[in-house]
Amino acid sequence: MFVLAITGLIFVVVFSLLVYALIKFRGRAVDAGQEPAQVYGSTQIELAWTIIPILIVVVLYLATAQVIHAVQDAPHPSSALEVTAIGHQYWWEFRYPKLGIVTANELHIPVSDPTHPTPTFLQLLSADTDHSFWIPELAGKTDLIPNHPNRMWMDPHRTGVFLGQCAQYCGTQHAKMLLRVSVDSPEDFAAWVRGQQQSAIEDNRVAVGRRIFESTACINCHTVNGTPGNGRFGPDLTHLMSRATIASGAADNTPQNLRLWIQDPNAIKPGSLMPAMKLTDADLDAVVSYMETLR
Amino acid sequence: MSSNAITLPGVQMEEKPWVGVLHDWVATVDHKRLGILYIVYALLFLVIGGVEALIIRIQLMYPHNNFVSPQVFNRMFTMHGTTMIFFVAMPILFGFANYLVPLMIGARDMAFPRLNAFSFWLSALGGLLLYFSLVGANGLYGAGNAPDVGWWAYAPLTARAFSPGHSSDYWTLSLLVSGFGSIGTAINIIATILCMRCPGMKLSRMPLLAWLNLVMSGMVLITITPLSAAQIMLLIDRYLGGHFFDAQAGGSAVLWMHFFWIFGHPEVYVLIIPCFAFMSEIIPVFSRKPIFGYPVMVAATVCIGFVSMSVWAHHMFTVGMNSYANSFFTITTMAVGVPTGIKIFNWLGTMWGGRIQFKTPMLFSIGFLFQFLVAGLTGIMLASAPLDWQLGSSYFVVAHFHYVIVGGILFALFAAFYYWYPKITGKLLSETLGKWHFWLFLVGFHLTFDLMHIPGLLGMPRRIYTYEPGRGWDTLNLFVSIGAFIQVIGILVFVANMVISYFKGDNAGNDPWDAWTLEWSTSSPPPAYNFASVPVVASRRPLWDLKHPEDPDSEYE
Amino acid sequence: MSAMANPFPQAPSIWTLPDRGKVAMAGLILAESAIFTIFVVAYLFYVGKSLTGPTPREVLETPIFYTICLLSSSLTIHLAAKSLARNRVGAFLGVWLLTIFLGAAFLYGTGQEWHRLIYEHGLTISTNLFGTTYYSLVGLHAFHVTAGLIMLFLVAILAVAGRIRVEHSRRVEVLAMYWHFVDAVWVVVFTVVYVLGR
Repeated sequence: MFVLAITGLIFVVVFSLLVYALIKFRGRAVDAGQEPAQVYGSTQIELAWTIIPILIVVVLYLATAQVIHAVQDAPHPSSALEVTAIGHQYWWEFRYPKLGIVTANELHIPVSDPTHPTPTFLQLLSADTDHSFWIPELAGKTDLIPNHPNRMWMDPHRTGVFLGQCAQYCGTQHAKMLLRVSVDSPEDFAAWVRGQQQSAIEDNRVAVGRRIFESTACINCHTVNGTPGNGRFGPDLTHLMSRATIASGAADNTPQNLRLWIQDPNAIKPGSLMPAMKLTDADLDAVVSYMETLR
Repeated sequence: MSSNAITLPGVQMEEKPWVGVLHDWVATVDHKRLGILYIVYALLFLVIGGVEALIIRIQLMYPHNNFVSPQVFNRMFTMHGTTMIFFVAMPILFGFANYLVPLMIGARDMAFPRLNAFSFWLSALGGLLLYFSLVGANGLYGAGNAPDVGWWAYAPLTARAFSPGHSSDYWTLSLLVSGFGSIGTAINIIATILCMRCPGMKLSRMPLLAWLNLVMSGMVLITITPLSAAQIMLLIDRYLGGHFFDAQAGGSAVLWMHFFWIFGHPEVYVLIIPCFAFMSEIIPVFSRKPIFGYPVMVAATVCIGFVSMSVWAHHMFTVGMNSYANSFFTITTMAVGVPTGIKIFNWLGTMWGGRIQFKTPMLFSIGFLFQFLVAGLTGIMLASAPLDWQLGSSYFVVAHFHYVIVGGILFALFAAFYYWYPKITGKLLSETLGKWHFWLFLVGFHLTFDLMHIPGLLGMPRRIYTYEPGRGWDTLNLFVSIGAFIQVIGILVFVANMVISYFKGDNAGNDPWDAWTLEWSTSSPPPAYNFASVPVVASRRPLWDLKHPEDPDSEYE
Repeated sequence: MSAMANPFPQAPSIWTLPDRGKVAMAGLILAESAIFTIFVVAYLFYVGKSLTGPTPREVLETPIFYTICLLSSSLTIHLAAKSLARNRVGAFLGVWLLTIFLGAAFLYGTGQEWHRLIYEHGLTISTNLFGTTYYSLVGLHAFHVTAGLIMLFLVAILAVAGRIRVEHSRRVEVLAMYWHFVDAVWVVVFTVVYVLGR
């Protein structure tokens, strides 16, 4: 706000001077043929309008440098939650190393009480190209660059769902690499963690679908805890139904969308790296039913 | 255009067959003709780049719009940026420099006319190479497609793994080729200014246009070359198995960013400095006063040239540099605003106490002053690393740099067109159509680019082919797109003006604006040899001295 | 264009401007320096960062002899240019040919070193970061030496045909500037690769 105030003030001053000059010194018909006084410059004025901007820059810089250090060199309390975010084309992998959780695209973090802060510290990595993690209402953006781990922190003081998306062009579906962050109360967060830590629910009613999942190429890319599936190219699906959206926010998490996504990802997210699985309708229905049990 | 024939009274000149005329233009080494070739070439690419922009804006009018696929959209913004910077802005500014510098320093031609022609054709080849990608670059998606890696071509997106096919190679090669053309022209401009000035024109008496093109050309030599080097490295990675930017082998994507922006940031100063030159020639003439603070203007420009080489990583604030690096680049970026601001104040000082004539060149100059001021201030905001962590890579940045490029550079170019078109063609552009052009374009520009700041503030990132509804971006994007169409109408009026005035405009005579620099002492258009007798100057405004022998500048300098 | 009286004031009695060939070559040298700087920066940035493969210490042998050849060629080209300026065309040609010989010897040395690195140590441009940066930097320099040698050779042919006279000495000096630049770059490359980078 300070920067905005200073730049706004500069704008108002210079703008007014410009407008004044245009009006006061406009050429009138009566002046035709006469040249005004030919002034070549003035050392004093030049000094004035050099020194004042330099002072403004110094002031702005000092204020800014203070914020830079406060953000980048912030202390790392032991109560902080550690999350590792790994950027992929075109989805987000989130790991909570100390909690043993792996999920995708939707992040849950606890709200932080200013008197006893519990910020979230993220380590940012990339599996392929450059990405950028940006939730405007929670923090500035930081890039995810392969072979160049980055760190950032968020310290939210109110609960809610906050939206964001990838902010560094990463390929065809950069636009739909969306983010959802749920800032939970401590109780809600603990409940979420417990749910995520469990293995996949085994429901015999969907055994057919599970068998198809385990025997086709699905498990090459996806992980479901408790099954042979431990692929890491695509999102972890163990608790797929705990997420509000699929395809990294490209569609709401409904059975119809899920069916369409598995059948033809390009219908929802053209250019996504998930291939169309070419299942028969019966197999497709079975797999979707199975997915629907992964809460 | 320039008459190569000497007219003799009583002698009928034969009409040259069109093949002969074409040959003369293709084989020319005359700086005036090459200047015109550069400018026409750039205007053609302005239309193409503009169409690309319109495709982008139509797609973004509504959330989840389906006007183009994401693959096409990504090619559009890549080609729009690459075309506008390298095949519109650079050639058009080199074109004006080519035309004007020898005339303004009283020279017969550039120092190396054949190098001049070679450089032009190299640059032209670059543009054609880039667009040949549309048919030539076999990719996974079918027969030929344009590059889609963004105009910065960040690694590792440009690696073979992520950009199969040849579209990225067309990006790389076309810019490498046209880059060498730019270096050739820059060397030529420097040699011309230092070695071909007419007698009496000490460096301290050169028109500011010459000074600023000298600084710009010096910058080109050390600005374009880092990009050329990085592109060679990229080609080595893609074709010889090199690992410059290969993360798997320990290479660094950030290194590409550093090299690109060591080029990319000074490049935008390369683009704006000739526009400062136009303003420094036009504003004095239409204020009827000499430029305020000539030595300071030169010093400020040289200062900008140096300081601008130290700010590049403000494009990388989000990349994870440490706090000391981020602080360093914050202060250098803010510092470069000081000499830039000084120039604005000096133009203001030029107008102050003058008798301002609101002809079309001056209208565009005034637009430049306001818009460049705003652009500079949003730049100061972005210079603050913490602000950039939010605003960077968003539509706020897109709005900021278009404010500079369209509101600054393009407005200054329009002013230059209206000011020097009479000299180049011998005809005045219509003032009425000029004013229509100005007001239409002004309204469209502000509608688009003022509003565009807001989606950025509300969190809309750049380079997305569509967006979710309900983020507050919908209506704003719609109006931004509408403004684009209004700008198109303004440009159409401009083109119409140039065409109609060429055939039906009033004769300009040598000096329609009552100006003071050497180009106005010769005919419009100038003869092939520029000056019948070698000019000699004793001050910065030789024609003022001639017109006001009782009060010449040479007594005050 | 009607004949008109010259409206301009009297010309100053002395009006000398720099030589455009030298200014242009200085500009080219400045631009090339920027290109080399970027390759040097990349080299230094990646020192010690290769994940695999031979390291500089293991495989590099300092090319003292060929460096002396190249640096001496700067001296010889300077002498050649001075000879031509004094209209001693025979001496010029002799020293010029010596310059070419020394430059060619340097290239031969580079080729020999590369042959040894590739076939004895398996170091290629794609082996690791050291390979990539080494061959790029030294190769870029060798390319510039080659381009210079081609120009020198053309001048030699013209000289043998008797076409080079004292009035061409300025142009020969411009070419010599380029050759000095190539040598100066080698000093930097040598220091970075064989001294600092180990």
